[in-house]
Amino acid sequence: MYNENTEHTGHTEKEHSVGYGTYVLIWLVLVGLTVTTVSISGINLGNISLAVALLIATVKSAFVINIFMHIKFEDKIFRVFIAIALMTLLSVFVLTAFDVFFR
Amino acid sequence: MSDTVIKNHAENLQEEHVHRDDFGAKMGMWLFLFTEILLFGGLFLLYMAYRLEYSHEFHIAARELNVGIGTFNTIILLTSSLTMALSIAAMQRSRKGLSLFLLASTKILAIGFLVNKYFEWSAKFEHGLYPRSDVLLDKPRGEYLFYGMYYAMTGLHAIHVIAGMTILIFMFVFIWRNIITPTNYVKLENAGLYWHLVDLIWIFLFPLFYLIR
Repeated sequence: MYNENTEHTGHTEKEHSVGYGTYVLIWLVLVGLTVTTVSISGINLGNISLAVALLIATVKSAFVINIFMHIKFEDKIFRVFIAIALMTLLSVFVLTAFDVFFR
Repeated sequence: MSDTVIKNHAENLQEEHVHRDDFGAKMGMWLFLFTEILLFGGLFLLYMAYRLEYSHEFHIAARELNVGIGTFNTIILLTSSLTMALSIAAMQRSRKGLSLFLLASTKILAIGFLVNKYFEWSAKFEHGLYPRSDVLLDKPRGEYLFYGMYYAMTGLHAIHVIAGMTILIFMFVFIWRNIITPTNYVKLENAGLYWHLVDLIWIFLFPLFYLIR
């Protein structure tokens, strides 16, 4: 599915380009997940419905970041930076949630 | 004699390689995106705190939102992300015309998103659901806060859509004038990163506001 030509012609991995087909496939997956999350929201799942909705949103984000934003094919340092940024954000959320719960 | 050396040197610079740092440009863009994530992160944090405190009111208030328009707009934005990614792919394959067409499609989809948003907000305003309206002020505090968050977050997101469109117009001109070329397209890539971020934020806004039932 990926265009491998660039690697054989001596270009670096940085210039590795993704084929049109891959993007369309990811788009179909994203639309499918959107339909799924809307359908699931109609079912009463009680307390876990928020968790399910956020899980689906996270999976969608992972596809957007890795494929559309090309992070899967970029230098590893980008992944490290993103991981640190997201972990920082997550810890702020967790700490704040504790504060709200046990106030 | 030294003049000729300088002249030759200048010619060489022009012909050979203009100094460029695509890696640094992308890294800079990502650092900027982190500040954007932090900006929206603050609002999401406030949303979480209010939702934990006013869970029941949030559920009641969210019933007023139109899931159909929300879903439609989600798909519009996802599709615009696709055309953006394809526009870069077309540029990489030296297909300038296709790249321009896909970039224009991205912008048209973005306009579609904003038009839907306009109708959606107008309908809310007609029902008296806008910040500090009498209808809202009579409602319980939690419902009032829900609409406060709804307008603040989707409004800030809409501003980002408008900013993204402006950037894309510049990219269109850059491709048209061959400033962005198949060998030098990092500007287009960075504009794409911004556009995908706008999509990413919506991916979280949509379930948190529209899908609470």
